[in-house]
Amino acid sequence: MQPFTTLTAPAAPFDQANIDTNQLCPTRFNKVPIGDPEYPKILFHDQRFNPDGSEKPEFVLNKPSYRKAQIIVADRNWGGGSSRESAVYALMAFGIRAVIASSFGDIHRNNCLKNGVLPIILPNETCAALRRQIHERQGASISIDLAQQTVTAPDGTVHRFDIAPVPKRCLLEGLDDVGRTEQFRGEIGAFRDRYRQELPFQATPGAH
Amino acid sequence: MPSPSTMFDKIWRRHVITAEQDETLLYVARCLIHEGSRHTFDRMEEEGRTAAEPDKVFAFSDHYVPTTNQAKGLSAIGDPKIRNMIELLTEHCRTYGIRHFNMGDSDQGILHVAGPEQGISIPGIVLVGADSHTATHGAFGNLSFGAGASEIYHIIVTQTLWQRKPKSMRIRVDHRLPFGVAAKDVILAIIAKIGHGGAAGHVVEYTGEALSAMSMEQRMTVCNMSIEAGGRAGMVAPDDKTFAYLHGRPYAPKEAAWDRALAHWKTLPSDNEAKFDTDVTLDAAEIAPMVTWGINPEHALPITGRVPSPDGARDAATKMEITNALDYMELKPGTALDDIAIDRVFIGSCTNGRIEDLRAAAEVAKLGKAKIPAWIVPGSATVKRNAEAEGLDRIFTAAGFEWRDPGCSLCTAINGDMLRPGERCASTSNRNFKGRQGLGGRTHLVSPAMAAAAAITGKLTDVRTLAKGA
Repeated sequence: MQPFTTLTAPAAPFDQANIDTNQLCPTRFNKVPIGDPEYPKILFHDQRFNPDGSEKPEFVLNKPSYRKAQIIVADRNWGGGSSRESAVYALMAFGIRAVIASSFGDIHRNNCLKNGVLPIILPNETCAALRRQIHERQGASISIDLAQQTVTAPDGTVHRFDIAPVPKRCLLEGLDDVGRTEQFRGEIGAFRDRYRQELPFQATPGAH
Repeated sequence: MPSPSTMFDKIWRRHVITAEQDETLLYVARCLIHEGSRHTFDRMEEEGRTAAEPDKVFAFSDHYVPTTNQAKGLSAIGDPKIRNMIELLTEHCRTYGIRHFNMGDSDQGILHVAGPEQGISIPGIVLVGADSHTATHGAFGNLSFGAGASEIYHIIVTQTLWQRKPKSMRIRVDHRLPFGVAAKDVILAIIAKIGHGGAAGHVVEYTGEALSAMSMEQRMTVCNMSIEAGGRAGMVAPDDKTFAYLHGRPYAPKEAAWDRALAHWKTLPSDNEAKFDTDVTLDAAEIAPMVTWGINPEHALPITGRVPSPDGARDAATKMEITNALDYMELKPGTALDDIAIDRVFIGSCTNGRIEDLRAAAEVAKLGKAKIPAWIVPGSATVKRNAEAEGLDRIFTAAGFEWRDPGCSLCTAINGDMLRPGERCASTSNRNFKGRQGLGGRTHLVSPAMAAAAAITGKLTDVRTLAKGA
């Protein structure tokens, strides 16, 4: 996983609440393998492109000042709906490394954390204020410092955000979960034996 | 005396292997996957991993299977990219030793329909699925939730998963459902009340007289759409209905193991004094048949209502969302919901593709003839077979409905079944997101009886009125 430490980059505003993973990655793209040259075009495909493949100029990510956005500032309930991790691959393929919102769909948030995309929760008013600034000064940058847990707005205001210690460390160091889990091989084996002994009817499908 | 526990607490505790700061390593007793799990297997191949306990992983061909001519086999699938997804899953299951319910098998079906039919979803376990509607299985009194490709990869490789413990929410639905009101209406009413993200970060336990009175099929419909309220999982305490449903199913415990299982499962329900982080209460008597008018499942109202106006929105973001929704749905504020003309009907999916759903739709289909194309897609081969044994297929075809092969079909619209741009569909599925049923397609979520009523009248219709007029 690509580590996330600090980032200063242009940010794009998404003013609408409830942007679901179907919008981030329309279902028909779920079958595309990661790394496919088609990937950078998947994010918000049906809102970014006309059926003939030409761009819709009014869509936020097609506006010149947001094309290089690496941060998204959203409203509430970003990434609800389907568990498709392709929604995160689509964000990454476009170049997005962090999403700021007042709440996230739980599965999507986990999927972001497992791929080095930083989901930041800030109060709704703060998200609205950040969006106002990047609307007014299109292409303005936001700075994120994960170690310090801060977001610095274009006007210099600093906002602190919360993140649990384990996902923070994994992001900072680019750690992947399986490596971490393998340190507990002994505990897992002991647990499995105990589970088989105490709950044999649950341990084995179709147990007799 | 231990402190009173919720069912969620009891199940969680039994599956904790270890903890590291804020994260707990949980044992995953069952894992369900489908053709969309390709990214998981791509990574297993890339990193040279094997499956830790493949006998606890079950795979289903459902998302990409065609819903016509399944008997002709894979070679009859025209689109090579769609066919490839089923072939990939078949190959991966063979490589890693995973039981695969494949297209053409007598027990194939949607993972959330066929899984319970096979007795894979038993009480007391942690079950994780590669699909957000995995909450369905919580209807059996277990902790079931969906996960993305990376977490499923972790499960297949280690049979464990790191989780931060969610909060608990109890949603109590008092009294029984009135005439013409279905389990689907209950969950849509809940989502309309608490919002699309209302249960985010929570495991929901559904309780109350309405839930106790429900069949397992109805409970599955309610739990299924927990994710549409943002919930991590949904669950209902196991009772005699749960046990009667499971007894004798292929992957349920048998003989001595069954007796031991029952003794344990009866200890699972939440203790009387158990505290939940959040409590929500609804009165079933006040719930009417529901329809969605917008582009996410909280955009739901009783069929007797009218399309809302953006002017009434509580904040600027919501106002923008309603404006966008009405624009996408091509609806005008103030329109009576039962005046909305429908182009197509879809009855099926992991929400409403079970035998009771088809029975409810068939009762309504008897009242007339479909004026518009109306598909019935059973949730599994077993549902299809049982429905045919009861003669439901003949009721549907006599009423002009189309009887198809089992799969996810028009709910997720990746097998080639999809709406044309601008088409308006009354659908028993679970998501009315933009383009969910096909680019530019418009979805109104309803119960199976309401969908059948729309087929007969060609518009959204209060099934209670239609049934009383019969």
